[in-house]
Amino acid sequence: MQVGIDLGSRTIKTVALKGGAVLQRRVVESGFEPHRQALQLLGDHPRARVVATGYGRHLMQQHADLDIITEIKAHALGARHLFPHCRTVLDVGGQDSKVIQLSENGRIVSFQMNDKCAAGTGRFLEMMALSLGYDLKQFGLAAAEAQASTAINSMCAVFAESEVVSLKNRGVPPGEIARSVHLAVASRLAAMVQKTCESHHLVFTGGVANNKTLVAMLEKALGVPILVPEDPSIVGALGAALHAGCS
Amino acid sequence: MNDAFQVHSDPELWEELGMDVARFSGMPPMLTNAYKNIFLSQHNRPEKMSYFDDMVANIHTGRIREIYDAKKGGKPVIGTFCVYVPEELVVAAGGICIGLCGGAQGSIADAEKILPRNICPMVKSAFGFKVGKICPYFQVVDLVYGETTCDAKKKTWELLDRYVPTHVMEIPQMKRERDKWLWLDEVKDFKAAVERITDTVADFDAVADGIKTINAKRFALQRLNALRHHNPSPISGRDMLLIEQIAFYDEPVRFAQKVHELCDELEQRIGNGVSVAPTSTPRVMVSGTPMALPNWKLHFIIESAGAIVVNEESCIGTRYYKDLIDESSADLEQQLERLTERYMKIDCSCFTPNDDRIAQVLKEYEASGAEGIIDYCLQFCHTYNIEAVKLREACEARGIPFMSIETDYAPDDVGQLQTRVEAFLEQIRG
Ligand code: SF4
Ligand code: SF4
Repeated sequence: MQVGIDLGSRTIKTVALKGGAVLQRRVVESGFEPHRQALQLLGDHPRARVVATGYGRHLMQQHADLDIITEIKAHALGARHLFPHCRTVLDVGGQDSKVIQLSENGRIVSFQMNDKCAAGTGRFLEMMALSLGYDLKQFGLAAAEAQASTAINSMCAVFAESEVVSLKNRGVPPGEIARSVHLAVASRLAAMVQKTCESHHLVFTGGVANNKTLVAMLEKALGVPILVPEDPSIVGALGAALHAGCS
Repeated sequence: MNDAFQVHSDPELWEELGMDVARFSGMPPMLTNAYKNIFLSQHNRPEKMSYFDDMVANIHTGRIREIYDAKKGGKPVIGTFCVYVPEELVVAAGGICIGLCGGAQGSIADAEKILPRNICPMVKSAFGFKVGKICPYFQVVDLVYGETTCDAKKKTWELLDRYVPTHVMEIPQMKRERDKWLWLDEVKDFKAAVERITDTVADFDAVADGIKTINAKRFALQRLNALRHHNPSPISGRDMLLIEQIAFYDEPVRFAQKVHELCDELEQRIGNGVSVAPTSTPRVMVSGTPMALPNWKLHFIIESAGAIVVNEESCIGTRYYKDLIDESSADLEQQLERLTERYMKIDCSCFTPNDDRIAQVLKEYEASGAEGIIDYCLQFCHTYNIEAVKLREACEARGIPFMSIETDYAPDDVGQLQTRVEAFLEQIRG
């Protein structure tokens, strides 16, 4: 059996594979001691070959005998497994967003990660939803339903928040602001994809890919259809599990 | 060695130099820890590195004492911030030339009390050292010679002049014939300014001597870099970077001799198959903006991720030593012209166009046997940042793995940089 574990900034994901089929997948909150959470999850599979990825991978290596790979490689492997023709991966996680370009045979040709700024990450969307009084699901729906939008100019999460506050104070309806935030994130992600590569067979992974409104806006901005896995948040863990099979 | 190593303190000397002793006292222990952690933890280092370890141990004491004594004995000290300022002429006039670029996070807050935050950390760090009185080198210089390379620097000099006499030389931004003549005039002005303060006139013989001394230093570094390119590597990237940094504050004749001693040892190592990393270790070349002491951030991340750095295309690196001055001049005028020609070969991104640099990066990539290039850009350095676009295109056209990073001295992005560097190595390994 092979297990992949992805220690992200917000959640820990595991995928267990046997004979190429997914046996089990789990998602838990990272909590304050992610490595303890992770060790507990791994306790379910005492004899498995394990590969860790994500922010906490180095920490895991100090506590358990396992191999590590970066999130970039993990998402590339996972996306390619689910969509064998995939040439571009866009992964938007809690703290960062990345674009990975793959060659025809699946090798990583180049990749790009967002810089120090948090705009265009899951965390950013969460902050904005919170300041408008929505949960994440309502946030996306409200954005989809709104008829109008205003430009959000700031590239920085902190300034964008103050822009949102001033829009609220001007009496702009929250749904419209939600739509504006979504559009701003979509155009930022689109620019990041376009800077890295031509997007063909683009697979969108990470928890943010569950946001259908954002996916639709991104498709429009890029002018190509976007492939979203059934459970986009576990693609990194899946990639790690697949790597456990070849190491 | 590891436990005995200590960066020394000398509060009396610091007091004499007008430093903020109370604040500075924390610096040596911090540096001691960082140095043990980053350098002395390495396995199988060349023995002759011990001289350079000593240079670090004495960075705030022994070497300062040496410079200070020489200064009292009539050798003025001139501080510079750019490899474009001709140190040959300082040596010729009987002065001491010291590079003052700042590579520490600790002095940035001092600078930001005055300077805007969104400028290059190297400029802020250096300025902060002076304002906070927390760099003995800054305290010991008689005057500072700045230049007009980038906007951050040339405007900071106006403010720095309030704290230490600061002269500025104009560096052309293009390399046409008339730019060369402008630059030659600036070189002559520089010579005169240095002579005024050393109270000598550097004649043909003195200039010949200055050129010879600095040529010898650059040549020693060329030899070292060529040996270092051997695969498997006889010396680590961070040790090489350290030596390139020490080149800016050590006494040039002794430094060259010590570098040659190290080279002799590396030749033996290569002969005996001794190395610091197996042949299979991914080899990474770094290009871009300079890394001033004690900035070891990127090298440490790369080498901790299991790769080795095999070349620095940087001003604290090959741009400093790749070119020598022709020594066959017949008179002073010719000497200055040849000196000027040598300096015009420096391919800093402040110049336009600067395609020579792209060619140079590719040449060094081949020579070093690297398998990928990480372009290093200090945050807010626009010229290198923009030039990275062309560099990326050139690398992509040749199938050379390339990654550009923009960072400063703060530790907050280390986690993300680790991920990016590791992913880059995964990409190289395929
Ligand atoms: S990068 Fe340019 S400005 Fe900076 S030291 Fe080098 S030549 Fe001078
Ligand atoms: S790194 Fe760039 S911005 Fe900083 S001093 Fe050098 S040229 Fe100027």
